[in-house]
Amino acid sequence: MMKRVLCVWLFLVVFPLSSNVARAAEKKERPPVDIRELLLGHLKDSYSWHFFTMGEKEIALPLPIIVRSKERGWFVFSSARLHEEEGYKGFTLSTEEKTAGKVVETNSMGETVRPFDISITKNVVALFFSCLLLMVIVLSLSRWYTKQEKEGNHNAVPGGIKGALEWFIMSVHDGVVKSCVGKDYQRYSPYLLTLFFFIFLNNILGLIPIFPAGANLTGNIAVTMGLALCTMVAINVFGNKEYWKEILWPDVPIFMKAPIPIMQVIELFGIITKPMALMIRLFANIFAGHIIILALTSLVFLTVAMGPAINASMSVVSVLFSALMLVLELLVAYIQAYVFTMLSAIFIGLSRKEPIPVKKPELPIENRLKK
Amino acid sequence: MDLMIPDSGLLFWMLIAFGILFLILARFGWPAITGMVERRNERIDKALSDAAAARQLLATLKLQEERILQQSREEQEKLLEQTRALRQQLIEEAKAAAEKESKILIEKGREQLQLEKEVAMQEIRIQVAALSIEIAEKLLRQQLTKETSQRELIDRLLDESLTPQA
Repeated sequence: MMKRVLCVWLFLVVFPLSSNVARAAEKKERPPVDIRELLLGHLKDSYSWHFFTMGEKEIALPLPIIVRSKERGWFVFSSARLHEEEGYKGFTLSTEEKTAGKVVETNSMGETVRPFDISITKNVVALFFSCLLLMVIVLSLSRWYTKQEKEGNHNAVPGGIKGALEWFIMSVHDGVVKSCVGKDYQRYSPYLLTLFFFIFLNNILGLIPIFPAGANLTGNIAVTMGLALCTMVAINVFGNKEYWKEILWPDVPIFMKAPIPIMQVIELFGIITKPMALMIRLFANIFAGHIIILALTSLVFLTVAMGPAINASMSVVSVLFSALMLVLELLVAYIQAYVFTMLSAIFIGLSRKEPIPVKKPELPIENRLKK
Repeated sequence: MDLMIPDSGLLFWMLIAFGILFLILARFGWPAITGMVERRNERIDKALSDAAAARQLLATLKLQEERILQQSREEQEKLLEQTRALRQQLIEEAKAAAEKESKILIEKGREQLQLEKEVAMQEIRIQVAALSIEIAEKLLRQQLTKETSQRELIDRLLDESLTPQA
């Protein structure tokens, strides 16, 4: 049915129009769309929150820039100042290959150097927003529980959205935390729950293209690195004796660990590769998903030069496919949050495992029979 | 490619924001939720096992009750049997006593009857004697008139008085 409607629409409306308009379009010279810049520009962090371009004017929310110059100390100013021609007090947006788009400072020697930069960028705003949102959601739910507990309704079961949230939280709590960490899971469940819902919420917010959602937060390697660092701390700081014994003196033939510490090097390397894998996996999955959706969307702009017929049909294709991709990304949002949390839980569980009990050698049969 | 190089500023804010988020949620958020749900689950489990135990108890109680009922029914049956036997016995005894009594009574009655009969006979005898005397008087009065008729009369009288006795 859909196909037939589409065909009829294409033949009746688009093709008759196209021949005339296409010729008109050819006459106008348009600059080719730099698709690489378009895609990466949407996915990268920026100093202001750009909404859309109206004609020549860019509608954007300027954000505060916080930098510390080695020579002159701290500076706080609006990012709108950077777009002025000569920048602000020696700070400009870099145009060099290595630090493109970042704030750079021209120091007294005339060199451009990068200052210590903790500006509230687009991603930082999105980060604060999502943290606040998660806090509001979870705290309002927990307040409901404490209120019920205070009123003596010990068996109160929430309904509606609260009930759905309870199911979601408990599914992670029971299915991931409890089953992967093991014995003292209660100690780690707050961290792992925060981890899961932080990733999940940001994955979802990344798919919503409207302010204040829409920043590519979990597809940014600094964010995933922060999460991976937290997991690394949780694994290694609270690891027990058995865990460190397995790293420093594993149960392998002596020549593999004694004069040259081969196993120790491998195991110590593992401390870094585990969170590293978490960091790259989450970043790459979310980043790739965003790239695909954006690339499918940019088909609309890419095919403008090929004439209205192809442009119109490709627009339909692009919208259909990007809708499909968004649905897929919803799944990926959950799966990646789940995988990151589950692997963190498994690594934590491994760092707290009990020593394997050594089996006593059994008596020979004759001796047993004598007894 | 600068995409793969983590930005220090964002990392800085990320660690701060995520750290604060974790501390707040770990203190005020998750424990209240998971704690209450786990306690609720425990209570539900306990209630279920309690119900199962109660059901078990009820079943044994029912069994016991049935046994007691059966016992009491048997006892009742036994008692009934006993009373029935007792009644029979009492009736028998009463019957025997009554029979004995009635026999005595009949015996007494018979004796009384005999006695009365005898008294009656005595009276009859007296009457007969009186009658005889009367007849004899009458005879004596008629005797004086005619010898033959006297004889006839005596014969007739004798016949009369002797016939019923014979």
